[in-house]
Amino acid sequence: MQRIGDAPAVRRLLISAAVVLAALFLLLPLVAIFAQAFARGIDVFWANVTNHYTLAAIQLTLFIAVLTIPVCLVFGVALAWLVTRFRFPGRRILQTLIDIPFAVSPVVAGLVYLLLYGRNGWLGNWLDGYDIQLMFAWPGILLVTIFVTCPFVARELIPLMQAQGSREEEAAVTLGAPGWTIFRRVTLPNIRWALLYGVILTNARAVGEFGAVSVVSGAIRGQTNTLPLHLEQLYQDYNTVGAFASASLLALIALLTLVAKASLEWRAARREVHA
Amino acid sequence: MSVRSLAIGLGSTPKRVLPGFGLSLGISLTFVSLMLLLPMTGLFGQLAGLSLAEYWAIITNDRVVASYVVTIGAAAVAAIVNAAFGLLLAWVLVRYEFPGKRLLDALMDLPFALPTAVAGITLATLYSSNGWMGQLLEPLGLQVAYTWVGIALAMSFTSIPFVVRTVQPVLEDMPHEMDEAALTLGASDFTGFRRVVLPHLWPALVTGTGLAFVRSLGEFGAIIFIAGNMPYETEITALMIFVRLQEYDYAGASAIASVVLFASLALLLAINIWQGRFIKRLHGGHG
Amino acid sequence: MSIRLQNIGKHFGKTQALEPVDLDITEGELVGLLGPSGSGKTTLLRIIAGLETADREPGGRILFGERDVTHLHVRDRRIGFVFQHYALFRHMTVFDNVAFGLTVLPRKQRPSSGEIRSRVHRLLEMVKLEHMAQRYPAQLSGGQQQRVSLARALALRPDVLLLDEPFGALDAKVRQELRRWLRHLHDELNFTSLFVTHDQEEALELSDRVVVMSNGRIEQIDTPDKLYRHPANRFVFEFLGDVNHLEGTVRDGVLTCGDARLAVDLADGPEELLLRSHELELAESPSPEAQLPVTVAAISPVGAEVRVELEADWLGEPWLATVNHANYERLALTRGARLYALPRRWHRFPAERVKQPSRAPEPVS
Repeated sequence: MQRIGDAPAVRRLLISAAVVLAALFLLLPLVAIFAQAFARGIDVFWANVTNHYTLAAIQLTLFIAVLTIPVCLVFGVALAWLVTRFRFPGRRILQTLIDIPFAVSPVVAGLVYLLLYGRNGWLGNWLDGYDIQLMFAWPGILLVTIFVTCPFVARELIPLMQAQGSREEEAAVTLGAPGWTIFRRVTLPNIRWALLYGVILTNARAVGEFGAVSVVSGAIRGQTNTLPLHLEQLYQDYNTVGAFASASLLALIALLTLVAKASLEWRAARREVHA
Repeated sequence: MSVRSLAIGLGSTPKRVLPGFGLSLGISLTFVSLMLLLPMTGLFGQLAGLSLAEYWAIITNDRVVASYVVTIGAAAVAAIVNAAFGLLLAWVLVRYEFPGKRLLDALMDLPFALPTAVAGITLATLYSSNGWMGQLLEPLGLQVAYTWVGIALAMSFTSIPFVVRTVQPVLEDMPHEMDEAALTLGASDFTGFRRVVLPHLWPALVTGTGLAFVRSLGEFGAIIFIAGNMPYETEITALMIFVRLQEYDYAGASAIASVVLFASLALLLAINIWQGRFIKRLHGGHG
Repeated sequence: MSIRLQNIGKHFGKTQALEPVDLDITEGELVGLLGPSGSGKTTLLRIIAGLETADREPGGRILFGERDVTHLHVRDRRIGFVFQHYALFRHMTVFDNVAFGLTVLPRKQRPSSGEIRSRVHRLLEMVKLEHMAQRYPAQLSGGQQQRVSLARALALRPDVLLLDEPFGALDAKVRQELRRWLRHLHDELNFTSLFVTHDQEEALELSDRVVVMSNGRIEQIDTPDKLYRHPANRFVFEFLGDVNHLEGTVRDGVLTCGDARLAVDLADGPEELLLRSHELELAESPSPEAQLPVTVAAISPVGAEVRVELEADWLGEPWLATVNHANYERLALTRGARLYALPRRWHRFPAERVKQPSRAPEPVS
């Protein structure tokens, strides 16, 4: 088969250009993270990771992620089911609305929550009357994290469920299956890998969110510091190894995310071949 | 599909075949209202307290205007660089087979998966005068860290996947007959690419580049470490909002945030409309 | 311009898509490549175009006239190629599509823009689409798109026009019309054309000569008339029309199969005869030569003829007979009617049976 750009010289030139640029631009930073983290040996790295404040930051970060994922999961599945299985007025608008968190700057996202739930906000003011403070505490971090990550599950599911159509579910209805059974036995097996990847992406963003969280957290060391905020403080304090030790933990999660995606794609490709 | 929706449209009371409409609608609307729309009221509440003149004064403050220029300029440079680089990567990933291709493909998602703050401190370290890249570039007279070049670099890093992942599937779906038709008609590789392949990818390329630009406008974590944050010179708009907040100037922060918010949403809308028109032409006025 | 292939074959990985073939096409001929899918016909066409590279066989050559094009890139072969799904450039108007080949010529050979305009308009006139010049492909019907694709392929005045299932994606009526129109165009412009089809009717109607292919092999090259009357082998015979099988034992010049008998001039032994559906007559009584009792299983009038499905306990698979409407009415055919089939002709390919014993119908008790 003849295609444009098939000439060996062109091919070699373009491949080398792409590989060299990608290595410099994408791979080098990744290598640098771990190089910096281990710059002064594994003991210093370990001491930084097991530092009291770092451990507290890890704990808070994981805590937030664990709470965020189920919320995003329920919302994502409900929204995907709604917009791919039914037609109703406002469907397009709803689909556009969930893209807002993608378009909004994380700082702006943090700000709108601060304005609403902070002492000056109408809702914050009201909650203050009951002695409930959401901002500069973990509930605030949780809220903005959910805001920033909520589109991921839905965005993974909607194209897939749209492509699959609702024929299988309709068949299940004609066979008399109740709603929950249809979802569990017909829909879920078809979407589970996309669902899993949506969760992995949600997790990656939840542990790594910086801009929005830095607005609402107050960054109190050992209390409201997530891992990204913690590494920022260490970096500003010229503790480079400490900052990169934390950064390497986050980079590891990112790497696992990439591996998960690659293997899920590989799996899907293999299934296509076998089908 | 169309028959079913027609049937639903004709019935006086919509009869839905599948269960769960009420439940999924309830969850979705509750979530969207509470998490997405309700917080916006805080912003508008804050803005309502400002007179038009005050609002105008805040958003046209010299330092703020300088931050618009820096942000838009760097984002534009990053978007253009990404359009070229992203097109190259997508092309190589779709059209050629070579060892390490899967690795390269996986690497494309790194900027999405890597927390922005991590990207920020890493790029700042790499390109500072004693970093790996800085050591190479500074003798050549190219100062990256603490200049707008560094800002553009960080923006480019975080937004490159938008271009690659938008162009890649379109290139994959391009039928090989398009190439072959151009070649049988005598087109050279370059002419064939310019006149047949590029126009085919154009909508995806513009959309991807547009999304990368919008993302760059709002980027914060990846930039602030490498930017140097000198007022009037290397201060981005997102940081201006942050600075106003630290001064407890909530009104100022809100006003600037509203500019960023509307600019992003307007751009997103423009991209959608443009894309819709283009697609309409390619698929015919009637369908 | 004549086309000559010598020892041209093709492997895709380990599968042989095309056994090494020789083929000669004289100048001005319109030749059809006919075969089922997977027969290698499209591969052969694409090798001639230069879209696929043939295996390196010793002495493998492709000649256009005296020009050896074996190692020439597709863009330098000066061929016109028409794709099954048109492959029009969606982002260009009809005019720009047709003008494409002219506008990508090197600057020295490129005609002036005025010249290009008039040439494109002449071509669009020829394909009767001059009023559509400013439309986009998506606004045209399938038949119109294929005409644009043809005009585009002809714009560079190629010596050779190659068409890959050009009418395959169109509906029956448009296909019919375009076929006639292509024949007309070919005769008028007098280029050498080669087209691929899996539709035997199309191949027989349109071609000066037909190349019948199967399993990467050329089975026969002949005029449509000869092909139909003198098929070289059983594959060609079966591919070119409906076939009924009659299997039995010959003794003393009579083939017997259950309670069916047919006088044949053959040596004793097992035999399989092939009968065309339109060479079967139906009658209320047997003839001295043939006593083939059948029952009408189904009747379907299709256009000018009536297709009758016949069953009998001596038949493995039902037979198909086509009768004209006059006979249909005369016989007052109904389902379940008992009649006799009278073959006007029969065919046999004895050598093939030995080669492919598995293809023989099940013996009937």
